[in-house]
Amino acid sequence: MNLAYRDIRHGFGRFILTCIGLGLLLGVVLAMIGIYRGLVVDALTIARAPAVDLWIVEANTRGPFAEASRIPGDVREAAARLAGVESAGGITYQTVETEHMGAKLRLYVIGYEPTRPGGPPEILAGRGIARSHDEMVADQSTGLALGDRLRVGRNTFSVVGMTRHQVSSGGDPAVYITLADAQKLQFDLAPPAVRIQQARGAVGGSRDTVNAVVARLQPNASPEAVAEAVRRWKHQAAITQEAQEQILISSLVDRARRQIGLFTSLLLVVSAVIIALIIYTMTIEKTKQIATLKLIGAPDRTIIGMIVQQALALGLIGFSIGATLIASISGYFPRRVVLEADNILALGLVVVVVCLMASGLGVRAALRVDPATALGS
Amino acid sequence: MAGAMADHPLVRCERISKHFGEGETRVDALRNVSLDVYPRQLVALLGPSGSGKTTLLNIIGCILDASSGSMAFDGETVLSEGRWLKSNLRQLRLYNIGFIFQFHNLIPFLDATDNVALVLQLAEEEAGAARARAVELLDYLEVGHRRNAMPAKLSGGEAQRVAIARALANRPRIILADEPTAALDSKRAGIVMDLLRKVAVEQDAAVIVVTHDEKIFDWFDRKFTLRDGRLA
Repeated sequence: MNLAYRDIRHGFGRFILTCIGLGLLLGVVLAMIGIYRGLVVDALTIARAPAVDLWIVEANTRGPFAEASRIPGDVREAAARLAGVESAGGITYQTVETEHMGAKLRLYVIGYEPTRPGGPPEILAGRGIARSHDEMVADQSTGLALGDRLRVGRNTFSVVGMTRHQVSSGGDPAVYITLADAQKLQFDLAPPAVRIQQARGAVGGSRDTVNAVVARLQPNASPEAVAEAVRRWKHQAAITQEAQEQILISSLVDRARRQIGLFTSLLLVVSAVIIALIIYTMTIEKTKQIATLKLIGAPDRTIIGMIVQQALALGLIGFSIGATLIASISGYFPRRVVLEADNILALGLVVVVVCLMASGLGVRAALRVDPATALGS
Repeated sequence: MAGAMADHPLVRCERISKHFGEGETRVDALRNVSLDVYPRQLVALLGPSGSGKTTLLNIIGCILDASSGSMAFDGETVLSEGRWLKSNLRQLRLYNIGFIFQFHNLIPFLDATDNVALVLQLAEEEAGAARARAVELLDYLEVGHRRNAMPAKLSGGEAQRVAIARALANRPRIILADEPTAALDSKRAGIVMDLLRKVAVEQDAAVIVVTHDEKIFDWFDRKFTLRDGRLA
């Protein structure tokens, strides 16, 4: 006779409500883990999007994501001529704020040369950029649709293609435009400022500046060897793809990652305390029944089994509710929530351990119940 | 436990004493209490509140240590000079003692049959056999028609009969009852006492009842009155 099951069945409504409450809490824990993972994935997405092996940036910087970097655009020609380099392209990154459908829209604008590395990794709908000006490929999360027209800076762009999962480390959705348009957007002065500069005689400088040059290497080339060749130029720095990703994780999103990690840990502790309190309360409510069981001769293992089984049932059902809930609504979060099987399994195991530890409090209380309590009123 | 002999007491208490606390806070709950209870006897433990009735019942029920004294069940010593001679008192209770409470204390999440079958299953009885025996006992106590009812749906008298069935499940020779009729009216109290009499006679058992309930005094074969921890 399974006493835990009979007790749960007897008070099923109350038990399931408790499970739902716990499920919501564990759902929040799971969401935080998903946001934590999403933060890392988002940070790496933009760096991985060009599918390159080497980043050439301004000397003494760790650009273009962790630090500002500006280099002449013609570096791509020099880079393309290096032994082992298959192709190279200039690239720019900047954040702009514009308006769409009457609402503010923050965008992470990526400028690239359509025939060179640096463009969107995939086109879900529409096409890639074919004209040299005023066309844009937008991420789905911008809310833009094919054919939409959007004013960015002093130009109006047409959305000709859609891509997905392309956001900055801050969560702003990305749009891709040509390098020429991006340079104009980033480096051109406003007409009044140009007039002032002309009056001062300070005009005519080159506009061909990029934030980085990205290079795709030949299959047998060593990224580190090519990077070393670039470093010998003295006026540029070279970062391998692997190093770039490490910079992003350890520098750019590190604080946010640690913040969310700490918050997740705190939530786990709160969950553990709540599970312990629920199980303790459930045990205390059964003091008279436990005393009766002891009095009629039930061994401790019967009583411990009842408490531990109920604790595990509570935790696992609550966890299942939380996991199902978050899996169902994760797409509605403003930032990406990445939940992988290993994360879910790990939290499931943590919940089992927490339940076992929490049930210890209830078991301790149960073992202290005096069987004589069953006698008298 | 050795086989019962009619001329041997089923429960023998010798010079049982129990005190709580020490020094100025010491309270002597029992002082050198000796009594014998024989098979087929219905025995009452009477006395005012605080006289030591429940303390004595707890010691006979092996749920409270005595400070000194000895006790034997059916000729076998289980307590000597205040020390238990059995290591597993819960098992001793499971097989030898049936308890009946004032408020029946049925497990609220088990139906009447399972409340009785639980005790049998704790004694390693197979589930099917346990349920069969439980139904047999409920029928014996004329509450078989309520076998599937949950305790909350039973009347006071029905619940007390189920509790008696549970107390009898493992065929104990000693039945201890704490105010079993306190929550019942005269008619139902009489029915419960008749049942206890029937059990004592048919199962060759000794029934010890702690009670204040004067309306059932006539049912007892012997009455022990306690005052200030002593037998009066």
